[in-house]
Amino acid sequence: MWNSPAEFFAMGGYALYVWSSFGVCALVLLLEPFVIRARFKTIVLRLKQECLAEQFDRESSK
Amino acid sequence: MNSVNNPSFSNNRLINWFKLSSPSTFYPVAGKLIPIFWLLTAVFGVAGLWVSFFVAPVDAVQGQGYRIIFIHVPASWMSMFIYLVMAAWAGLGLIFNTRLSAMMAQALAPIGAWMAFLSLWTGAFWGKPMWGTWWVWDARLTSELILLFLYLGFIALQASIDNVRRADKAGAILALVGVVNIPIIYFSVKWWNTLHQGASVSLTKSPAMAQTMLWGMLLMALCFWMYSIAVGLMRVRAIILEREAHTDWVRQLDEVKN
Repeated sequence: MWNSPAEFFAMGGYALYVWSSFGVCALVLLLEPFVIRARFKTIVLRLKQECLAEQFDRESSK
Repeated sequence: MNSVNNPSFSNNRLINWFKLSSPSTFYPVAGKLIPIFWLLTAVFGVAGLWVSFFVAPVDAVQGQGYRIIFIHVPASWMSMFIYLVMAAWAGLGLIFNTRLSAMMAQALAPIGAWMAFLSLWTGAFWGKPMWGTWWVWDARLTSELILLFLYLGFIALQASIDNVRRADKAGAILALVGVVNIPIIYFSVKWWNTLHQGASVSLTKSPAMAQTMLWGMLLMALCFWMYSIAVGLMRVRAIILEREAHTDWVRQLDEVKN
């Protein structure tokens, strides 16, 4: 169906519309997991620090 | 009820399902399921994109421009389907007052909003070359825009109420009232004479398109579906940790202790 890569990227003259749709779609779907990963790391870090603080409290009150 | 004292009771399948509704049991299970759903997303995604670009023939009327359908339709389907699932979780949370249901609803809202956005975005980039306009106040486009606002309203409402349980209840009511919009979107092309074309694939008729195009669309829809589950599970795990931060089981988790 495609005779050359250039023809593929030209999308029969619809390059702007096809690649803008697929591009933004890919961008959103790829960024989303990274945003969630960052949120997850933030909460884990906070929990770790809280645990550490409690441990210090216990040790210093001995 | 202690499982050691009463083994026959805890072996009951129904009870095990209820056990899963506790955040502490669900958290590790979700962690194990996430890689499976990412794998399925990748498999369906590669197959779907291959069919979309290299197998499906060029459209007689719309040329290569029609290929936007392979993400436009799955994104639109998912935006509606995720809303129904989100509303169902929110409703369950409202009725049974279970913590996890409300967390699931909260975890699904952002991905649903993104799907609605992508549906409108890809629709605009399809409408421009085919209809000659980025946007019209057509029944289907308008009701899909309202769906995006419902998602954003749900997220904003929950974020604006400090008391978590109250936020869950208010959000659940908004989500349930908003369900009325879903049949409006679905039937909009039938009920009103609009610019948006009728359904290419419907539950009652055989699809009005080439077999390979249909396959591409279904594979991409499965990819988006698996993606939504994977991302939903990832977010619900973060929400569980945030909301259960005060509990002992969270403090005992490996990722927190080490």
